[in-house]
Amino acid sequence: MSRITADEVRELALLARLRLSDDEVARMTGDLGAILEYVDALSALDTNDVEPMTHAVPFDCPERPDETRPSLPLDEALANAPRRDGDFFQVPRIVPGPGGAGGAEDGS
Amino acid sequence: MTIDARGATAVAIADKVRAGTWLARDVVEHYLDRIARLDGALGCYLLVDADGARRRADAVDAVRKAGRDPGALAGVPLGIKDIFCTRGVETTCASAILRGFKPPYESTATARLAAAGGVMLGKLNMDEFAMGSSNENSSVKPVRNPWSVAHVPGGSSGGSAASVAASLCAGSIGTDTGGSIRQPAALCGVVGVKPTYGLVSRYGVIAFASSLDHPGPFGRTVEDAAALLEAMAGPDPLDATSIPQPVGAYREAARAGRTGATPLAGVRLGVPDEYFQAGMDPEVEAAVRAALDELARAGAKLVKVSLPNTKYAIATYYLICTAEASSNLARYDGVKYGHRAAGVSSLEDLYTKTRGEGFGAEPKRRIMLGAYVLRAGYYEAYYGKALRARRKLADDFSAAFAACDAIVTPTSPVPAFKFGERMGDPLQMYLADVLTVAPNLAGVPAVSQPCGFTKSGLPIGLQTIGPTLGEEICFRVASAYEARTDWHTRRPPEAS
Repeated sequence: MSRITADEVRELALLARLRLSDDEVARMTGDLGAILEYVDALSALDTNDVEPMTHAVPFDCPERPDETRPSLPLDEALANAPRRDGDFFQVPRIVPGPGGAGGAEDGS
Repeated sequence: MTIDARGATAVAIADKVRAGTWLARDVVEHYLDRIARLDGALGCYLLVDADGARRRADAVDAVRKAGRDPGALAGVPLGIKDIFCTRGVETTCASAILRGFKPPYESTATARLAAAGGVMLGKLNMDEFAMGSSNENSSVKPVRNPWSVAHVPGGSSGGSAASVAASLCAGSIGTDTGGSIRQPAALCGVVGVKPTYGLVSRYGVIAFASSLDHPGPFGRTVEDAAALLEAMAGPDPLDATSIPQPVGAYREAARAGRTGATPLAGVRLGVPDEYFQAGMDPEVEAAVRAALDELARAGAKLVKVSLPNTKYAIATYYLICTAEASSNLARYDGVKYGHRAAGVSSLEDLYTKTRGEGFGAEPKRRIMLGAYVLRAGYYEAYYGKALRARRKLADDFSAAFAACDAIVTPTSPVPAFKFGERMGDPLQMYLADVLTVAPNLAGVPAVSQPCGFTKSGLPIGLQTIGPTLGEEICFRVASAYEARTDWHTRRPPEAS
């Protein structure tokens, strides 16, 4: 019936790195099914021999001189980081280290 | 000296400030006072930067006192959609995932408005990440339509349209990805302009769908919008997609539109049947037909044109915009800025929990749909098909502009709807953009302006679409219509 199943929605949510509640999955399954059904109308349009249009106006990638220019000062670039460690953005441990298997963030 | 926000246009304010008749500081205080008194009921502003606005106004006055020209927008109080990065001033796109984000740099559009003497009052409410047609998707609060607070202002730039309609700023800016400037302009009875793609730099504009995002201005008159566009437009080395073309003479085009008895003599205006289809509100159709008659009296020749692929526009648009959105919104991960989930057990956990908590329902829906249509195996059937359909929709415009100089249509098939009316059905909400998405796909400019009111007092919008870089003809046509009517002089009711 629907174009997409709840299991497909769960798999897609994982790929898109979105945690969805069961209610959200149910609602999303219905919404995406209805939208996909609507966009199927496009199959009636003959697009043989039509070049894909990827840009709204004719566009050539402009070139610029490869010169060193000032960039954001480190402190400004890091100012919005929810967690920082010195000059770095801090994330949960990715690989096991000497302190153990790692993973969980301390605090919070 | 009496400052009357409800009567003053942006260009009149700039003239008075440049002449020293008004102080920019006094103008700003007047608008800040109005916001404090009136915005509680409307919800236009997410943030009022009162101290910053006073500082900027004082700087404008100081330039004038020093004998220099403070610029074409001297002292004009402006509202800025919260999608434009403003250095040091919180910018959230009305999303919980960006709460607290203070950009370390300024968007080109806002920097240019400031360089012209414009004074930012604050950041305007919107649908989260510019996704929506009613402003009900703001994570903070809805914006209410100043003409009737039971009705939506349109979206996604609802705060930008409503704040101009309610005289809580003299002009504003927004972004239009599928109608997000023109549709709220129509529903709130103001002028809104989506320029040619690349005419206004996207640098510092938070990305939704990069090949469709168009920054542009709102004004109460055509000339106000033209003046704002002149200040914002032009090539920008910081945006590789900005068009390497000089800025046009938009204000002059607006003035030409009100000069003489038949300012549109020799102008051919195309009327496409496909934009007057079943489902259109009869009051909207009647108002737009009457506007066409008025344009003919201004000297224009009305010609029938066809945009035969119009019925495919919404499907094409939602496939492309969601694909681009799912890529653009991948950057919100809880690491660099904004919301970060607590108590996570791994990096993947950090990503999924942060994004699950931070995004509202509509961004989630579009990320999911975009991820779906880009998946291996579906890519060609959905995204590839849509890119080909986009070409056909753009070709429709090229063919039509061989027979006319501009195209005139309704902006929205319906006037403002009530809160909650379309929120249960995303597809119904998407169809609100049925008359506005095609110009985004084709990249051509379009202006919406007021052309009447329903019996219940809700504004109706008229859309003028031009060929690529045809802003001048759009302004000339819109201005000719404006000069012959008085819709733009009406003001919504106001609590005392």
